[in-house]
Amino acid sequence: MTTIAVVGTGLAGVRAAEALRAEGYDGRLVLVGEEAAQPYDRPPLSKQVLLGKCESQDIALTDEDLRAVLDAEWLLGTRATALDPASRALTLVGGRSLHADGVVIATGARARTLPGMPQLHGVHTLRTLDDAHRLREDLSRPGRVVVVGGGFIGAEVASSARALGHEVTIVEYEQKPLLRQLGPEAAGILGRLHTDHGVALVTGVGVTGLVGEEGVREVELSDGRLLPAEVVVVGVGAVPNTEWLTGSGVACDNGVLTDERCRTTEPGIVAAGDVAAYRCRGGRLRIEHWTNARDMPVIAAGSLLATLRGQDPMAQPVHDPLPYVWSDQYGVHLQIAGRPGVDDMLELVSGSFDDSFAAVYRRDGEISGVLAIDSPREFGRLRRDLRSAWSIR
Amino acid sequence: MIQLCPIADLTPGAVTRIARPDVPVPLALVKVGERVFCVDDTCSHETASLSDGWLDGHEIECPLHESRFDLRTGRPDCPPARRPIRTHVVQVVDGMVCVEEASLALTAETAR
Ligand SMILES: Cc1cc2nc3c(=O)[nH]c(=O)nc-3n(C[C@H](O)[C@H](O)[C@H](O)COP(=O)(O)OP(=O)(O)OC[C@H]3O[C@@H](n4cnc5c(N)ncnc54)[C@H](O)[C@@H]3O)c2cc1C
Ligand code: FES
Repeated sequence: MTTIAVVGTGLAGVRAAEALRAEGYDGRLVLVGEEAAQPYDRPPLSKQVLLGKCESQDIALTDEDLRAVLDAEWLLGTRATALDPASRALTLVGGRSLHADGVVIATGARARTLPGMPQLHGVHTLRTLDDAHRLREDLSRPGRVVVVGGGFIGAEVASSARALGHEVTIVEYEQKPLLRQLGPEAAGILGRLHTDHGVALVTGVGVTGLVGEEGVREVELSDGRLLPAEVVVVGVGAVPNTEWLTGSGVACDNGVLTDERCRTTEPGIVAAGDVAAYRCRGGRLRIEHWTNARDMPVIAAGSLLATLRGQDPMAQPVHDPLPYVWSDQYGVHLQIAGRPGVDDMLELVSGSFDDSFAAVYRRDGEISGVLAIDSPREFGRLRRDLRSAWSIR
Repeated sequence: MIQLCPIADLTPGAVTRIARPDVPVPLALVKVGERVFCVDDTCSHETASLSDGWLDGHEIECPLHESRFDLRTGRPDCPPARRPIRTHVVQVVDGMVCVEEASLALTAETAR
């Protein structure tokens, strides 16, 4: 019997399993996941979970019905440590090995940390449910919170910590948060969202040290300032989990390199989700957003099955979606589509930049992105315009 | 029976949102061909209003996280939504779209 192993049991892994079964795969399916917890969804971790508005069962990615459909062997709490491409054998933690005819790499990414910092209580990153529970525990006591990094996760943590009544400061290395992703105007608007809600924003400085004995007491900034803090949350991006593939022959460069159909450089091995850097008309993209991890595994499953069935994978659909990310901060819904360049012009379409609005980015007159705050209907309409422009790129 | 709106007010391809004190939950009305569909307007995932979403034949796509619900069954096609939205049987009486009050009553399951 054919065996397909899916490595990683986050959204991309579960979706790959779901897609394989939906495509009629009836062989053996093994899911290998480092986390011991049943698969869960990450976006609520920085939002509802920190606020205590939902529990583990509310964010489950599988239920009994889905597990029955998947009919899989679940190796949870089990890390894959190596992959031998010739035999397509996985080595699992403890030395056990698992032979597979096809492999889906869905090992995602982990939170980046600040290099060379001491291990102190009260210092957090946020990627897993355990991380969220530990942070929630620390946020249940009064104390000042410093968030390092003003990206999406930093912003959401700041918003949640503020809602819990804490004094919060965001330290952002750039002159404005998300400046390089969204350009100066949008970054200004998002920066104001923080300050309007009583969160202090310190920009243009780096963090050079964390001070404390057992627990953190102060955050040292590159301009010499010391910010008092009982809780520090480091939100400085994510690193793709590819180390385990060293020596496997699967080419990696800031993620697992794939073609438009999610195929890696080794036959019978595909990759999807946060870990995958896929080729597309725009060059190469590694997207760390939810919608990509939901949709890419479907393409990966299709091309893997075609390969295993001896069909032409080139006849399978490609992965080239319009990038999309949402974020919830301070009770507003933020939605962004496309890949606007920093220098693209932001043009208001409806509403007001001081409140809720929908806006488009333009490059040489052409629409290159859509940004909206609390305007889902207008966002949807504009995104459709952008999608048509994107598909004729 | 609760009268929702004149059938003449429903435009094919558009969603009509009904949110009124005499209607227990916000509803979305859609006319596809000659049939009128009535579903809960609030997405089963979080709190988006589906009438802000995109209509495609018998499907309505949530404007926030893009689960698509079948208007006939209420089922989502893909996550993040996992649970169906409720569908309600409507009748057209004297040109008015009407819904059975009992169908709208909140159960423990839907009252979140
Ligand atoms: C706090 C937070 C909030 C977010 N909010 C949003 C949001 O609002 N909007 C949005 O668009 N996106 C959001 N995201 C991003 C979104 O959650 C990710 O894009 C998505 O989780 C990626 O899924 P994935 O399956 O590719 O990777 P992951 O979710 O990282 O899953 C990978 C899994 O593989 C496991 N693994 C790693 N290495 C191995 C190994 N060697 N062997 C076995 N298992 C392994 C990991 O333990 C993990 O369980 C958020 C992310 C976080 C962390
Ligand atoms: S609110 Fe509708 S899919 Fe999330």
